[in-house]
Amino acid sequence: MNDAAADTGWTPDQPMVSIKEVHKSFGDLEVLKGVSMDVMKGECVCIIGPSGSGKSTLIRCVNALNDIQAGSITVEGQEVNDPKLDKLELRKKVGMVFQQYNLFPHKTALQNIMMAPLHVLKQDEKEVEERARKLIAKVRLQGKEASYPGELSGGQQQRVAIARSLAMNPDVMLFDEVTAALDPETVKEVLFTIQELAEEGMTCILVTHEMGFARVVAQHIYFTDLGVIVEHGPPKTFFDDAKDPRTKEFLSQIL
Amino acid sequence: MATATVMREFAISGTNGSGTNGARTNGAKRSELPVLLPLATRSRRAAAIERRDGGYHLNLQPRHAIWVVILFVAACGAAQAATPAGLISPVDALIKWSGFILWGPEGGLTGFALNLIISFFAMLIGTVAGAALGLMQVSLLLPVRQGSWLVTQFFRNSPWLVLLFTIMLLFPFEIDLNPIGIPLIIPVPDWMKAVVGFSLPVMANISEIVRGAVRSLPSGQWESAESLAFTRRQTMWMIILPQCVKRMIPPWINWYCILAMATPLASIMGVEESVTYTAQALNAESDRPELIPIFYSFLLVIHFIYTYPIARWSIRLEKRFAVKD
Repeated sequence: MNDAAADTGWTPDQPMVSIKEVHKSFGDLEVLKGVSMDVMKGECVCIIGPSGSGKSTLIRCVNALNDIQAGSITVEGQEVNDPKLDKLELRKKVGMVFQQYNLFPHKTALQNIMMAPLHVLKQDEKEVEERARKLIAKVRLQGKEASYPGELSGGQQQRVAIARSLAMNPDVMLFDEVTAALDPETVKEVLFTIQELAEEGMTCILVTHEMGFARVVAQHIYFTDLGVIVEHGPPKTFFDDAKDPRTKEFLSQIL
Repeated sequence: MATATVMREFAISGTNGSGTNGARTNGAKRSELPVLLPLATRSRRAAAIERRDGGYHLNLQPRHAIWVVILFVAACGAAQAATPAGLISPVDALIKWSGFILWGPEGGLTGFALNLIISFFAMLIGTVAGAALGLMQVSLLLPVRQGSWLVTQFFRNSPWLVLLFTIMLLFPFEIDLNPIGIPLIIPVPDWMKAVVGFSLPVMANISEIVRGAVRSLPSGQWESAESLAFTRRQTMWMIILPQCVKRMIPPWINWYCILAMATPLASIMGVEESVTYTAQALNAESDRPELIPIFYSFLLVIHFIYTYPIARWSIRLEKRFAVKD
């Protein structure tokens, strides 16, 4: 699918995203203290944990929005913690959706989706527009093509943001607490969109507080606290049979 | 009472944050609510606006216009009354000289017209140079950032009159191109030097407006552009700056008003603009001290008539653009 795979010798039976002993500090504050996880192609992984446990920082490191001090992150075999890394090439493969949507307010929904393929990937305008309209339909926003972000509800904006990321045809999607800023009714429509993606085989890493959703959609759940992964496992074992006292306490407060 | 209004305002901004359709109308309504905030809050807000726009705000109200008119009429009346028999009356004198003060002798575009010409060109040069300097202030290269910051601060914090003096005395009255093989001598008239002198402080203040506008955008805009693999240059020109333009227009107009009002400073260097011509007209009507207030308040009125609508317009734009986008 991409040229980098040939150089790095990555094959689909190896983890698509591999995080090994990652350490990250902001000044004196150590946010990640040796975190490791592997995400296979087509897998959907949820990261849960209390606020300030380093979840968001971790997934921001995967597309090099944050740099790391030690350890290694590879995406399809390409080392992210490499000073010579071509960040643009990495980000073409890794899509990201944010809590605050971050749509471009001066562009319509359709333009938001078309911008990056047109100007970053330099693809043909007709083809990009056709794809963008399909994506709008996919996230169930037909008729909103010409709306500006300010005219859309939070849930609608977030679905445009998802479509905008998908327009780049990424291999991995990162979701950073994408429903945290939404009201309860609109959370559902966004989660439904993500669930469909996961079922279609998109590799997803989600940071979320929606436990019910994580249980249904994830193949693997990681629980982080104070910068380490306390416990992880498939949803059934994780939710019903947690071993670590910290996990148990967290789950008892949430569920 | 005060607590209740503050709470109401808080409640409305709370609705705003949810980002629903209704938020727009609420946001627009908010500015219309007559809320008297505590003095500390008011001055803090005013200070924040001034910091953002890099200067004070012209807050002209209709009552200011009334004062200017009263002053003018009173000056006319007093002068009329003080006129000895057999001399030209002040109002007739004003009518006689008004064309001279407004556009100079025989349509040469001097007088008040030259004030406007100076302000247009100084604004043009100041805006272009200021935009470039402002972009340098948000550069990733430390030396570029520091250098442009120093230039900006230097010209922002120098007295306009001193800058004007320095430039006008520094520039030659003509540029001789013969030494480099071109048989041409370009004369540099005083008003052009004044344009350069005025454009420097304008440049520095526009630079601050650009820097402030770029910095005022939420970092999420940069991050989402970055994660879509836009280069920094693309992000700046396609995503950040188009959003900044709206924010920059009201303070930009505000600085134009300040500049237009500052152009009479050039009279000190003998540039043939409205104040210089007013003084000349008064000299010509020798020994008529009662004409002085009426001539100068006439000057005040023309400047006011020109600047006031622009200042009002910038306040209107400011209110319109203040609604969250």
